[in-house]
Amino acid sequence: MAKQVYVGLDMGASRTKVAVIDRHGAMIGYAAKKSGVDFAATAADCLDTALELAGVNQETIVDAVATGYGRNNVAFITEKSKTEIGCHARGCHYCFPEAITILDIGGQDNKIIKLDAEGRRDSFKMNRKCAAGTGAFLEEMSSRLDIPLNEMNNLARQATETIKLGSYCTVFSATEVLENIRHGKPVADIIKGIFYSMIQRVLEMDSLTEKVVLSGGVVAHNPYLVEMTAKLIGRPVLLPEFPQFTGAHGAALYAMDAAAEKAANKKEE
Amino acid sequence: MAQDKQSQRKKIKATGQMMKIMSDYFYDLNDAAKSTDRKVAWCTSVGPAELLRALGFAVHFPENHAAMLGATRMATELIPEANTIGYSPDICSYLTADIGAYLKGVSPLAKAYPGIEAPPRPDILVYNTNQCRDVQDWFTWYAKELKVPCIGITSPKNFDEVTDILIDDVTRQIEALIPSLEEVAGDKLDMQRLRETVALSRECTELWRQVLETAAASPAPLTFFDGTIHMGPAVVLRGTPQAVDYYRQLLGELKPRMADKIGAVDNEKHRIYWEGMPVWRRLRQHSELFTELQSSVLVSTYCSSWIFPDFDANDPIRSMAKAYLGLFIVRSDTYKEVYIKGMLEKFHIDGIIYHDAKTCPCNSNSRYGMPQRLEQETGIPSLIISGDLNDLRCISDEQTRTNIEAFIEQLEERR
Repeated sequence: MAKQVYVGLDMGASRTKVAVIDRHGAMIGYAAKKSGVDFAATAADCLDTALELAGVNQETIVDAVATGYGRNNVAFITEKSKTEIGCHARGCHYCFPEAITILDIGGQDNKIIKLDAEGRRDSFKMNRKCAAGTGAFLEEMSSRLDIPLNEMNNLARQATETIKLGSYCTVFSATEVLENIRHGKPVADIIKGIFYSMIQRVLEMDSLTEKVVLSGGVVAHNPYLVEMTAKLIGRPVLLPEFPQFTGAHGAALYAMDAAAEKAANKKEE
Repeated sequence: MAQDKQSQRKKIKATGQMMKIMSDYFYDLNDAAKSTDRKVAWCTSVGPAELLRALGFAVHFPENHAAMLGATRMATELIPEANTIGYSPDICSYLTADIGAYLKGVSPLAKAYPGIEAPPRPDILVYNTNQCRDVQDWFTWYAKELKVPCIGITSPKNFDEVTDILIDDVTRQIEALIPSLEEVAGDKLDMQRLRETVALSRECTELWRQVLETAAASPAPLTFFDGTIHMGPAVVLRGTPQAVDYYRQLLGELKPRMADKIGAVDNEKHRIYWEGMPVWRRLRQHSELFTELQSSVLVSTYCSSWIFPDFDANDPIRSMAKAYLGLFIVRSDTYKEVYIKGMLEKFHIDGIIYHDAKTCPCNSNSRYGMPQRLEQETGIPSLIISGDLNDLRCISDEQTRTNIEAFIEQLEERR
């Protein structure tokens, strides 16, 4: 039997992610890239890379589902779509099949999703119209401090204190950062404060159940944020193997469902 | 979410008649403002309109005008005009849009009704703060600007029961308005005329209740989005025979639909309760989204707020006081939760959507733990969407869409 794969495309406002899964649901290929201005071209590019990594070609795709802000921009690949809330839930529950609370920190938004043991959603919340607690906040701070994003994680580890940034507002937070610089506070402490503020804004959105899963690109690139979250909530947090791809993985799992449903309907006919 | 792209809800034939009586109403107001023998009063939407009509005033409702500013996409450009004179973007965007329109000298009435240039100039302004304090600030601004008297009722707030003490208070306040109104009207209050007006208001709101309750049928023949349009006569023509006749006609159209199981939304799968204000400029977009998702937003606190079962022609002033105090918005959360629970049951609701309107805290019931309490008690899931009634700067369409689609997915999983 020829290899069959299912594809999930997560067209995020900041990054596009593609996951290729096998018939057991395991991720065998993936790719991520800045979404840019041409969502369709970026999606096509990511799809090629992910298929290559999986060692398959386009003919092996049985079905595909898109998610994320640009989910309606990839009709040339698939017209099927699901919300990113549904896909993150599905992807995380595949990794941790139990009752969980998911904290997803994305480039432009964050979400808290609560699932029961069967993976059904009990509730979800997205951030308000504001960058607090999102990757966009981190990018803004990186730009203000003129410190590359990829250096912030290691700098935060060198901190001896946590500078508290109290504002909801990214612009006001930037002013607080500048004030701390003026007062001669160490940059490492300020960066730790930025991470602290970020995760605090997410935790303020909703209560948490026992098992907490972190997902999203920001977490994938900043393991320090995972450690800080665990410390703040007072218990370990769970992390999927590919935190940036849980949405794409979930979308691919929905594609597998769609294919199974189609096959079942055909059989009935 | 993959769905059929059928996105039009069923049309209501009576809409043409509604447009006509609304048009007649606006032209009559315009004529009254231009005449030398008729007086115009501005009134808050749940203010003492019956009293004003009984005294012969033509009655203009600035909230209706402000909603028109929102629906016609004018509001967002006008709100900054009021912001610049000190009215914050965080306060009522009805107030800021309406004052902004006045400052700019524009009105949606001028576009919709040839010959009308602006809202009618008032001879007196009459408010009731049962909705919020902003209406008083709003009317006070016009009173100073136009040099006309402004009087009103300062309503008790946040109470569980409408007690005799509260009714006595508001009754006395209504009675105290009468001498000033008579002076401006140049006529004495005719109690028989007031009784007749209150009787018409009672009849109007009873018919409006019956119209809204057709949506308890499955599928619902009417949606919240229809309700926001068809409530027009209940707001601006309460106390007139035109409103009564109109709701008889509308009910006559909806009852057979109910009997024939003709839903407003094709293949209705989910039944939604809308708590809070509509987003006026997004009515069509939201209606299409829910229709696409085979979900009927079929009942709301907002549209139901113009049902006043307490009006009694035998005791007109005291019953007006009781009716205005019975209003949902002025009550405590304890009362509101009992009310909503009753509605969830009556209308067989699967999910509640709370619209947290940035500039309307009194109509945003998601800020003091109500969604969590109601969800715990009823098991009915809820969603909070951030937005505003008029200020589009407070709205992220994409985030609203994602939230609503995800909520419907959640309901689907639970079926």
